[in-house]
Amino acid sequence: MGVGKATGCDMSVVFNQVRTGVFLDSVVLMRISRELADLEGIEEAALMIGTPSNLAILERAGLLSELGRQAGGGDLVLAVRARDAATAEVAATEAERALERPSRTGSQAETWQPRTLRSACSVMTDANFALVSVPGDFAAAEARKALRLGLHVMIFSDNVPLEEEVALKREAAEAGLLVMGPDCGTVIIGGVPLAFANQVSRGDIGLIGASGTGIQEVSSLITRLGGGVSHALGVGGRDLSDAVGGSSTFAALKLLNNDPGTRHVVLISKPPSTAVAKSILTEVAASDKTFSICFIGAAPLSVPSNATLLRTLKAAAEHAVGTSINAVAKEWGDGSVLPGAGRSRIVGLFCGGTLAAEAQVVFIDEAVSVASNAPIPGVSQLVAASHHVLVDLGDDSYTRGRPHPMIDPTVREGELVRALGDPTVAVVLLDVVIGHGAHVNPASAIARVLCKASPDRPVVIASVTGTKRDPQDRDAQASILRDAGVLMAPTNADAARLALTCLSLID
Amino acid sequence: MSKTSELPPGQSPLRVKDTPVSLIQGSPRVINVGLSGFAEALAAQGVAVIQVDWSPPARGDADLATLLSKLSD
Amino acid sequence: MSDVRQVLREANAEAVHRMLAAEPVLIDVVAAADAIPELGEGMILHAGPPISWERMCGPMRGAVAGIAVFEGWANDLDAAAALAAQGAFQFRPNHDFAAVGPMTGMTTASQPVVVVENQASGNRAFCTINEGLGKVMRFGGNDASVLTRLAWLRDVLGPALGTALRSSKGIELKSLVARGLTMGDEMHQRNVACSSLLLRSLAAALASTCGDRAILTRILSFIASNDQFFLNIAMAMGKAITDPVRDIKGASVVTAMSRNGTDFGIRVSGLGDEWFTAPVEMPDGLYFPGFSALDANPDMGDSTIVETIGLGGFAMAAAPAVAGFVGAGAPSDAAHITHTMREITLTENPEWTIPALDYQGVPTAIDIRRVVETGIAPMINTGIAHREPGVGQVGAGVVRAPLACFESALWALGKRLGVT
Repeated sequence: MGVGKATGCDMSVVFNQVRTGVFLDSVVLMRISRELADLEGIEEAALMIGTPSNLAILERAGLLSELGRQAGGGDLVLAVRARDAATAEVAATEAERALERPSRTGSQAETWQPRTLRSACSVMTDANFALVSVPGDFAAAEARKALRLGLHVMIFSDNVPLEEEVALKREAAEAGLLVMGPDCGTVIIGGVPLAFANQVSRGDIGLIGASGTGIQEVSSLITRLGGGVSHALGVGGRDLSDAVGGSSTFAALKLLNNDPGTRHVVLISKPPSTAVAKSILTEVAASDKTFSICFIGAAPLSVPSNATLLRTLKAAAEHAVGTSINAVAKEWGDGSVLPGAGRSRIVGLFCGGTLAAEAQVVFIDEAVSVASNAPIPGVSQLVAASHHVLVDLGDDSYTRGRPHPMIDPTVREGELVRALGDPTVAVVLLDVVIGHGAHVNPASAIARVLCKASPDRPVVIASVTGTKRDPQDRDAQASILRDAGVLMAPTNADAARLALTCLSLID
Repeated sequence: MSKTSELPPGQSPLRVKDTPVSLIQGSPRVINVGLSGFAEALAAQGVAVIQVDWSPPARGDADLATLLSKLSD
Repeated sequence: MSDVRQVLREANAEAVHRMLAAEPVLIDVVAAADAIPELGEGMILHAGPPISWERMCGPMRGAVAGIAVFEGWANDLDAAAALAAQGAFQFRPNHDFAAVGPMTGMTTASQPVVVVENQASGNRAFCTINEGLGKVMRFGGNDASVLTRLAWLRDVLGPALGTALRSSKGIELKSLVARGLTMGDEMHQRNVACSSLLLRSLAAALASTCGDRAILTRILSFIASNDQFFLNIAMAMGKAITDPVRDIKGASVVTAMSRNGTDFGIRVSGLGDEWFTAPVEMPDGLYFPGFSALDANPDMGDSTIVETIGLGGFAMAAAPAVAGFVGAGAPSDAAHITHTMREITLTENPEWTIPALDYQGVPTAIDIRRVVETGIAPMINTGIAHREPGVGQVGAGVVRAPLACFESALWALGKRLGVT
């Protein structure tokens, strides 16, 4: 273990410690980092594995000393910027304590955990599926091992190089195995939610999605509409690009085509490349199932007779079940609450990328100009002078070195406080995503912020993506938000529409 | 593709490629490599899951990891 | 599948096959010079990879001086040390002569060595006879009491054992070790069951071939009072099993692990006789009263040959008591250790099974690729010597083989196979 100091700006002290041979998963490290950052006198704190990309993050944050710079990919780096050396030492001691905390307690401590996929296979001889969520630099190698062991793979990890994805999917196709991902956050198999997924009803609608929150919203809506999901297969955000050629989408289509338990398929994605769209639609045409297709933000294109193109996730879910959300939705915000004078802007703060995209579609379809950091075609790139903005806080630029906003609501807090205090903002638009993997109570986190806000504030409009049977209970979350003065909409698309309605009422 | 008889005794058998194991028949039987929260959530639902106590290959040395991938079988 | 992958797979399959097919039998005890014709005047075989006098640790220097006096190459210890410093002796590893030796591992012409023959492949391996506990040459002891005991081994015990063994078909060792595993032995730190089984096997032959009752009494009580008597036989067995595994082109299986108190060395099947070395590590363990880690000598001996064949630290689950004593943690950790060692081996030995693990076989055939990939270094159960020569054992514990040995071996294998 080594210690290095460097002077930061003003009087603050930068302090590093490097531990070799220690590895903890990124969620544990981030939790500890938060605890340290909350300590009095600590300006910034981070615990990260010393990969080049992480070191670059620490460097940029002004958290690295010469010692930390020499860390390698097998090292754990503690980097702290503190008011003074004594405070930094306190943080170091706290880190030590947190790291010594036994990671396994109770019966877990007695059970031996395999160290490799290979030995895990010899313990669970009938395994059919590997869920890989190691840091992106290592994910492709683990996925390859899984494929060679005859397992289907879900790659939750992001920042996997494109060429690795192409090679993996080629190998998987030869082996008749499915690669779900990379950057696949949501899969549901036989009703079992994997990673970030919701407790949904079982039924005969299959989902294939290039995105996590898209699958979450559609599967939750299908459940609320009285339908059910057979399986939801994620294929990763780049699958429908020319480079990858839709490899996993084809494989998923084949799986669902051959599944007698699936009658109808919903396909959700960003707009695919023209060539890939063409071959996917040829597959669709050859299927005896019916399809709802939502290429969010795509220009209209012709689809075969057994398929329908829908503009939004909401429309896709309604089409799949054959019912409208109005028939089942209980909540509609009180539209008579108006934003105050001088307020004219809509600021959307989204945890879910696809939910941000869906909101953009609603704006486009109502011919309202909007900007985003993750713009769909027809939407401009977000700049300082942008009027209406829809921000994807889960985008890579926000999540490098920070937890995803779905896991840690405080990430969005800062933006929310800023927007609530901005006199030009008329409406703040939020998505609230619950389910397995999400924060235990995101609604309360938002309610707490609203409590502290001045009564002269923008209107806040939100929807909850999830179901009653989720650990957080959708109905309970909606109540908490309503009680805190949030205008509730039954779906993410409706929330965007409601925001525009609110705005139009000002004039 | 290798079959059981080619492997040393005690080695776990690899799958025969012609008949890949089904993904959607029955409940998934999951090997979790990475965030332990995922395994805990699955175990709480009674899903068959095993957590791998993973650490970066070759202790994070990228050159060694590349060499290993060339020497794997 | 690429050529390289095919080569590796087939080579390792052959290596594993040879290891598991071995039929080690204890057939004889002879003078070392009869077993190893190269052993002449001034030649001293030692434990571990090659080492010069200048780099030898205290106990090994003490042992060198003592054995030189024993063989009559010097009048006293000081003269012997001076001769050694002048380069008068040839120091070679035991391993180069089908031999192994515990701790300092001194093997010279007149000492008796046990002979284990691998009857599946025909080769033989040798090891000196275990001197017992306390002040002994393997811990660097070299005073008159040590040399007197060595003389007794040379003149009385060795020949008697040899006669007894030659009067029979020898003692089949695989099944003896299998029984020992069910009785709490792991054959490195714990050999009491195997030592007892061995004495049982030998007793009648010893009694019938040894005419002198006083000598017989002394022989029987010497063996009976040494819980570690079987260690040296287990080591020769290990060498007899691994020698035929050497030199299989493209194989990544470890054929030897060994230490000389300064360097830790490994040999790999596909890399022939090349040693891949790194500084030995300090054992972590429990100390006898009056001693502490400050007194410990760095890790030493050819006894890691037993881990190389899946016993010792690898079979820790068979000897849970050892887990607690040697500082590896609670006895319940013993099973975890064996499971962890399984991660770095290619197979399990179906003939050496551990009841506590539902008769899972001991992890066998260490693969350098798996060591490097997982960062799991072989776990070795070891005695800890005092760093001053001649004091003896001061504790027992665990020590790891240095990962650097496996990493450099992997680079060499990569080069040999043309992938780097």
